[in-house]
Amino acid sequence: MLELQAISAGYGRAQVLRELSLTVASGEILCLLGRNGAGKTTTMQAIMGLLPLMGGQVLLDGVPISGRPAHEVPKAGIGYIPQGRRLFAGLTVAEHLEIGLRARDAGPEVRDEVLALFPRLGERLDQRAETLSGGEQQMLATARALCLRPKALLLDEPTEGLQPSMIEAIRQVIVKMRAAGVAILLVEQRVDAVLSVADRVAFIENGRGGEVMPAERLRQDHGIVERYVGV
Amino acid sequence: MELGPYILLASIEGAVMAAVLALTAVGLSLVFGVMRVVNIAHGEFFMLGAVIAWYVAQTVGGHPAIGFVAALVIAPLVVGAIAAAADMTILKRIAYDPERTIVATIGLLYIIQQLTLMTYGPDARPVEAPFNQRIALPWVEWGEDGLSFFHPWGLATTSYKLFVIVAAAVVLTGVRMMMTRTRIGLLMRATQADSDMALAFGIPVERVYAMVFGIGAGLAALAAVLIVPISQAHYLMGADPLLLSFIVVIIGGLGSLPGTVVAAVLIGLSDGIISVFFSPTLAKILATLLVGLVLVFRPQGLFGTRAP
Repeated sequence: MLELQAISAGYGRAQVLRELSLTVASGEILCLLGRNGAGKTTTMQAIMGLLPLMGGQVLLDGVPISGRPAHEVPKAGIGYIPQGRRLFAGLTVAEHLEIGLRARDAGPEVRDEVLALFPRLGERLDQRAETLSGGEQQMLATARALCLRPKALLLDEPTEGLQPSMIEAIRQVIVKMRAAGVAILLVEQRVDAVLSVADRVAFIENGRGGEVMPAERLRQDHGIVERYVGV
Repeated sequence: MELGPYILLASIEGAVMAAVLALTAVGLSLVFGVMRVVNIAHGEFFMLGAVIAWYVAQTVGGHPAIGFVAALVIAPLVVGAIAAAADMTILKRIAYDPERTIVATIGLLYIIQQLTLMTYGPDARPVEAPFNQRIALPWVEWGEDGLSFFHPWGLATTSYKLFVIVAAAVVLTGVRMMMTRTRIGLLMRATQADSDMALAFGIPVERVYAMVFGIGAGLAALAAVLIVPISQAHYLMGADPLLLSFIVVIIGGLGSLPGTVVAAVLIGLSDGIISVFFSPTLAKILATLLVGLVLVFRPQGLFGTRAP
C-alpha cells in the first residue's frame, strides 16, 4: 500500500503541493485527476524523491520512504513511468532493462517475464531507444519500470500520443499489474481511458487534495469531471 | 633535410602531442558529458600528475623505469582521489549548478596551483624517461634506379615518444571499452542521458559523479606522467593543456568522446607541424580561429548533437 500523508513539495521556494494525502491499496488503480498545473506530476516526483518534501511523509507498506536518498526510493519497490517516457538516449533496449533489473537485483527470470508482456521489445534488444516508434518507446518505459518488480507503480500520462491499439496494450498491462497486487497511481488526461481501468479517482486542485470517489460514480455522472477538470 | 622527411618529423612530434592532448581532453569531455560541469581546474590536475610523478620518481630511486612505472600508477590514483574528494566536498555542496561550478573550479585551480608552488617550488624539474633509444627513420625516394630507402640525417625519433603514442591509444581504447562494455560505463551513460531518471532507477548519481570527476582528473594526470619525461614538471604547466583541451572538446563536440579524440589528433598534428615550420604561437592562433569558426558554423562541434 502506498500512502501519502499530508505531503508538501515544490520547486525551490515555489510550493506546489500543499498537505496532499492519498492512499493507494495493493491491487488498486487510483487515478489522479486535475487541471494542468494542479500538481499531478509534482506529486509523482515528490514520491520518487526527485523533489524534496517540505512536509509530510510517503509510506510504502507502512514503511517511510521519504527522507531517503532519491536513488534508494526505487529500491524500496516503486516503479516510475514518467510523462514523455524519458528513456536514456543512446542506450539500447537491453541496457534499459538491465538498469531496471539492477535497481532491485532482479535476475534474468524477471527480464523474461517482462519481455513476455512485450514480445516486440524482445525482437529489438540491440536497438537504441530513440530509434523505436512512439508506442515501442512507451512499452520500453513500462518494461523498464516493471523490471523493478514494483510494489507500487506510478504512471504519468502513459497513453499520451499513442494510437488506440497501443493504448489498449498498455491498458492490458496495467490491469495485469493490478491483478498481481501492485498499487497503481495513474495520472491521465484522457478521462475515457481512466474510467475504463480506475478503481477510484482522486481530484487535485492547486496542489491540494480534493474529493476521492469510486470510478463508478464518475462513469454515471460526467458532470463531476467537468466541474474539476473542465473537460 | 628535404621537405618530405621534415613533414614526417613534424608529424611524429604532432602525434605525441595529439596523444597527450587526447587523454587530457577525454577527461575534460567525460566530466562535461556526464556531469555538465565545465572543469576549469582540469589543467591543474594535469600539472599535479606531473609533479607527483617527479616526487614518486625521486622517492623510489633506482632504475628510471621503476620510478616511472610507479608514477604511472600512483599519480593518476592520487590525483583521481583528490578530484573525487573535491567533488564530494565542493561540487556536491553547490548541487552541480553549472554557473557556480565554474567559479568553484576556478577557486580549485588557484588552490592547487598555489599549494604546489608552496610545496614543490617554482622550479621546472625533469623526470627521466624509462627508455629513450634513438630510432632513425627511413625515407623513400624515387630515383633513376627506382624506389630506394635511405636514412636522411636528422630524421629520427625516440622509442619513448613512440611509447607515448601507443600508451595513449591503449588507454583511450580502455576508456571506450569501459564506457560501452562495463556496468559502471552503463551507469555513467544513463546518468549522462538523464540524471533524474537515473535516480528514479536506483543509480547513485552523486557517487557516479564523484567517480567520473576522479576518472577525468586521473586521465589528465596520466597524460602528464607520459609527457613529463619529454617536457618538465612545473607548477604553471596546467594552462596550455587546459586551453588546448577546451579547444579540442569544443571542436569535437561537448561530451562526445570519439569527437574529442578526432579533434585532438587534428589539433595535435596541426600544432606539431605548424610549430615546426612556422611558430608555436601561430599554431595556437590557428587553433583558436578554428574554434571560432566551429562555434559560428557548427556550434555543436564536429561530432556533437544539437540540443533539441
